[in-house]
Amino acid sequence: MEYSSVLTTCTYCGCGCNFYLENLDGRLTGTIPCKTSPVNQGRLCIKGWNAHEFVQSDQRLTSPLIRKEGRLVPVSWEEALDYTASELAAIRSEHGPDSLAFLTSAKVTNEENFLLQKFARAAAGTNNIDHCARL
Amino acid sequence: MTNSIGDIEEADCIFITGSNTTSSHPIIADRVYRAKENGARVIVADPRRIHIARLADVHVQQKLGTDVALLNGIMHVILEQGWQDQEFIDQRCEGFESLRDTVKQYSPSVVEGITGVPAGDIERVAELYARANAASILYCMGITQHTTGVDNVKSLANLAMLTGNIGRPGTGLNPLRGQNNVQGACDMGGLPNVFSGYQQVSNPEANSKFASAWQAELSDKPGLPIPDMLAGLEDKSVQGLYVLGENPVMSDPDSDHVSHALQQARFVVVQDIFLTETAQMAHVVLPGVSFAEKDGTFTNTERRVMRVRKAVEPVGDSRQDWEIIQDLSNRLGYSMSYSSPEEIMQEIAQLTPSYGGITYQRLEGDGLQWPCPDTGHPGTKILHQERFARGLGLFHGVEHQAPAESVDQEYPYWLTTGRIYTHYHTGTMTHNSPTLEREAPEGWMEIHPDDARKLGLRTGDRVRVASRRGSVEAAAYVTEDISPGTVFMTFHYVESNANVLTNPATDPIARIPEYKVCAVSLEKAA
Repeated sequence: MEYSSVLTTCTYCGCGCNFYLENLDGRLTGTIPCKTSPVNQGRLCIKGWNAHEFVQSDQRLTSPLIRKEGRLVPVSWEEALDYTASELAAIRSEHGPDSLAFLTSAKVTNEENFLLQKFARAAAGTNNIDHCARL
Repeated sequence: MTNSIGDIEEADCIFITGSNTTSSHPIIADRVYRAKENGARVIVADPRRIHIARLADVHVQQKLGTDVALLNGIMHVILEQGWQDQEFIDQRCEGFESLRDTVKQYSPSVVEGITGVPAGDIERVAELYARANAASILYCMGITQHTTGVDNVKSLANLAMLTGNIGRPGTGLNPLRGQNNVQGACDMGGLPNVFSGYQQVSNPEANSKFASAWQAELSDKPGLPIPDMLAGLEDKSVQGLYVLGENPVMSDPDSDHVSHALQQARFVVVQDIFLTETAQMAHVVLPGVSFAEKDGTFTNTERRVMRVRKAVEPVGDSRQDWEIIQDLSNRLGYSMSYSSPEEIMQEIAQLTPSYGGITYQRLEGDGLQWPCPDTGHPGTKILHQERFARGLGLFHGVEHQAPAESVDQEYPYWLTTGRIYTHYHTGTMTHNSPTLEREAPEGWMEIHPDDARKLGLRTGDRVRVASRRGSVEAAAYVTEDISPGTVFMTFHYVESNANVLTNPATDPIARIPEYKVCAVSLEKAA
């Protein structure tokens, strides 16, 4: 059996509690609150105690999907990325960069947020980027 | 937050308004309990008798959408009694006359008429807050999700400045941010008008700094906020929409309208970890990875940047979100070649003054609170200690304005919305978490016993709730925790989503929708 525990930050609310995710043979089995965290000092709420549960849900998306004849069907990454890039490029060349809009996310990391706004502004050429800050 | 989470324990008085703290921020509620044990007074102003109201020294239940009037009434009493901090006002602020003249009209008896809060309670709140040595304000979406959201926040800022409760331990104006990295998404420039660190796209200096760092021509025209993107989809000025980790079909007000707007799009791509209601409408779905499968950082409500670390391999063929964006960028002809999230953070630190001193190495341990301008800086626990960001703190005289929509004969009940303890937002994660789902598998509507009697409703009965935009069914939950004439619902459940009902009217400045107030009709369902 292989066991590891990795210190990280909770994905739910804005408190930002720290806990260890327990990994047993490649499956997440639980969370252990971090006692030295200045935020949660060893405590967690019900969502924090169970934050590992959805990660390996059988409902997770495991493959890119493209809509074909009305249905979303699994495709390769090459096909999904080529198709997405060509559609974005086509819309931009026909209607200008401001015909594209981007929603970034309060759930993803700082690095990913920074990169998507850079992508929108520098690659796509528009400031049409917003997220769910108001929700 | 101007102050820090631990700092709440230093307060002598904690004023909680528009925050169901025990449900939405349980670990912050713990700090309130501890402060209370140390002798702090707790004031709760909330239309519902929420859990934390039970330990409050005073709980006032203002009518929905009357926060400005209530706060003006509190300030009226403070000024009448001479409890303001005149030295702080004179030295650190400006515009005091405008505030004084405005609140003069808001005597406790006038305010009682608008808010339904007894005049004596308004006086008691004013006394507890103003006479504390250090008083902290905690607020959340109950303050901001109104067409007067900006006015509400300005009024809270007025109250804090009037009493000098800012810039010291145990004080402050402390918004509790609802999503784990909503602070970071804003800090990183996930907004239409600013680059990272709130540097305006229309500011020539900022624009040319980013243009030269990124080797690209950058538009100086602020982009569209979400409500205008949806309008753009409908009038075809917006043709393509890229959605990363968000579920607007469930989370935006007037859901039917959002679905309609998305159907008009020529191309919708959704990058997410589950097939959300929004992803089901997409042309392409790209599987990203969850927090447990990635490296990076989140910034919490007290501006603390903390590490996220990969604990398990991604499921199936899902890919790192930053790699997906990078691959698309390269295909679009704009080259990106980052080798890790850490390399992206190095660029963030270079271009973002408030994150200038942040490195992964320095984040080991407690993380760092921004502003942290250089690698020798210890981070900032309390903002505005010597001066405000703009120099002098500006008072605003703010008048009460009614919500965008009012009850009438056809829609005679007020509806307000919020979260519950076991679920989170549109439930993408919590409904897929068996323990949490078991706790609360279906949505409900809270209603006062007097109203329930009139409608012949008992707890568990099905009730049809309709607004001017749509209707949903939910189970009734009869409780005295809500005032007569008002009902409460969550937006966690697709089967009974309150956002089918909510009003998309927005604050003119912040463009935040009025989730917290709309008019509905109720009918017992078969």
